[in-house]
Amino acid sequence: MGMTITEKILSEKTGHKVRVGEYILIEVDIALANDITAPLAIDEFYKTGIKKVYNPEQIVLVPDHFVPNKDILSAMQVKKIRKFAKEQNIEKFFELGRMGIEHVLLPEQGIVKSRDIVVGADSHTCTYGALGAFSTGVGSTDIAGVYMMGKAWFKVPEVIDVYIKGNFRKYVSGKDFILKLISILGVSGANYKVLEFRGPGIENISMDSRFTISNMAIEAGGKAGIFPVDDLTIEYERERGIKVEKLTADEDASYMRRIEFDLNELEPQVAFPFLPSNSKGISETEKEKIKIDQIVIGSCTNGRMEDLRAAAMILKGKKISRNVRCIIIPGSQQVYKNAIREGLFDIFVNAECAVSTPTCGPCLGGHMGVLAEGEVALSTTNRNFVGRMGHVKSKVYLSSPVVAAASAIKGYIANPENL
Amino acid sequence: MEIKGKAFVFGDDVNTDEIIPARYLNTSEPKELAKYCMEDARPGFGKRDDLKSNIIVAGENFGCGSSREHAPIAIKAAGISCVIAKSFARIFLRNSINIGLPIIELEEANKINEEDKLRINFDRGEIVNETTKEKFKFQSYPDFMKSIISEGGWINYAKKLIKEENHEKK
Repeated sequence: MGMTITEKILSEKTGHKVRVGEYILIEVDIALANDITAPLAIDEFYKTGIKKVYNPEQIVLVPDHFVPNKDILSAMQVKKIRKFAKEQNIEKFFELGRMGIEHVLLPEQGIVKSRDIVVGADSHTCTYGALGAFSTGVGSTDIAGVYMMGKAWFKVPEVIDVYIKGNFRKYVSGKDFILKLISILGVSGANYKVLEFRGPGIENISMDSRFTISNMAIEAGGKAGIFPVDDLTIEYERERGIKVEKLTADEDASYMRRIEFDLNELEPQVAFPFLPSNSKGISETEKEKIKIDQIVIGSCTNGRMEDLRAAAMILKGKKISRNVRCIIIPGSQQVYKNAIREGLFDIFVNAECAVSTPTCGPCLGGHMGVLAEGEVALSTTNRNFVGRMGHVKSKVYLSSPVVAAASAIKGYIANPENL
Repeated sequence: MEIKGKAFVFGDDVNTDEIIPARYLNTSEPKELAKYCMEDARPGFGKRDDLKSNIIVAGENFGCGSSREHAPIAIKAAGISCVIAKSFARIFLRNSINIGLPIIELEEANKINEEDKLRINFDRGEIVNETTKEKFKFQSYPDFMKSIISEGGWINYAKKLIKEENHEKK
């Protein structure tokens, strides 16, 4: 019997052929935590009485959620992380001005790569599946365990085969694909399972779109969302000085379910409150003329260059509606620099959008754009749960950057085709 | 082990933003988090004075969303003794096992009503609803998880592993 990508990566690390359902304890390549989850892990670690972490090279610390610090308590959290990084000689601690939203930053800087085992105390750690890594969200205690002994536990998961053919039409991207897929699977359809993407359509999906797709695997409950390592991945890694080899599932690998998907049939999607699985096509959505108060373009889901370029293409030479405010957040310092160099900031500022330093901020109702009672947002982020971006009586719709930009101009959720 | 308590019933897909909204995540102090436990699912819940040793009952996919361990910590620190749900989201399950919050997957969770008095016997894998006189059976945890629980959580389990490894080296 052949192996899935998941089984290949896990077998390589354990040194034996793993089987679905088996519990394994393995050394991880990277253990990531942020300003919300790292303080808990640090406290747990020090409580054990162990003085030195197992391996500082494994550890990545990225304060990004409430950064620049929104209040005294969040400043205290980052202070704790900064002290820990210094005490433990952790080089991969990223300070404001040199940082990014963790899941934009790590692949961009070549910190995570194909075939790695990555755990992160952040549910969107599944993002790195785009590079062909086995990468999954865990809790702070799991991270403390890595600080102690370098290892984490896993149950070898079942895999869902997502077979993709065709190519995206104009104005359609990875976000639309993953929203549609989540609507097919439901918010728990992939719980405990891994989504593995394959098929002839894969080569038509850009690296930034792959990150968006893998990023939201968790919104279907997925443990990971993994792409094969192909020429595109090899080139992406080569640009970062990393040499990787192709990695695909075996032809006779065993899956618990198969979903076939034709990208040609896909139109832009909008997820309605209060679940990411509540998506509808843009042509149907536009008829409802849903008024919005705030647009957010950014996040670990859609804060990369492809996303900002797509928004800029729509906003160029235009002004957003008088009835909306639009916040644009480049996902990392590098993306920020590139966007300035390409003239995207001019486009955004002239369109009367606010552009922010990298932060998770408004995505989780943290800061930099919290919603008031009754307000409605259209956001390129990943969750539209009750109260996610602010007041418990506010609402969030999710879409791609193109739809968000078109809607910013119109003041209601709009089809970019009809601008 | 036996637990007795009354049920607080919630629906499907209760997410971690409802269990502990992000606006309260600028601290990881359990007592502080406990005050806002389930705040956006049922405002004021964490400040009730009758949470101690009682039980949260929910539908499918309890704890979906973020990986914040603050969610099971808030529930545990609020005094809730156990969470019963039709199913749990993966990271929430993992976090609960790791920190020692008892959770039970029960297909018939929807047969339990608000304020029903429950008696849970973990050794027998049995829940008795003393209000409706119904009895339910639940699966015990897999052996690997049992060993984490019996050590009192993942940190203690890891300590034991490190000790064993050091012993082998000697």
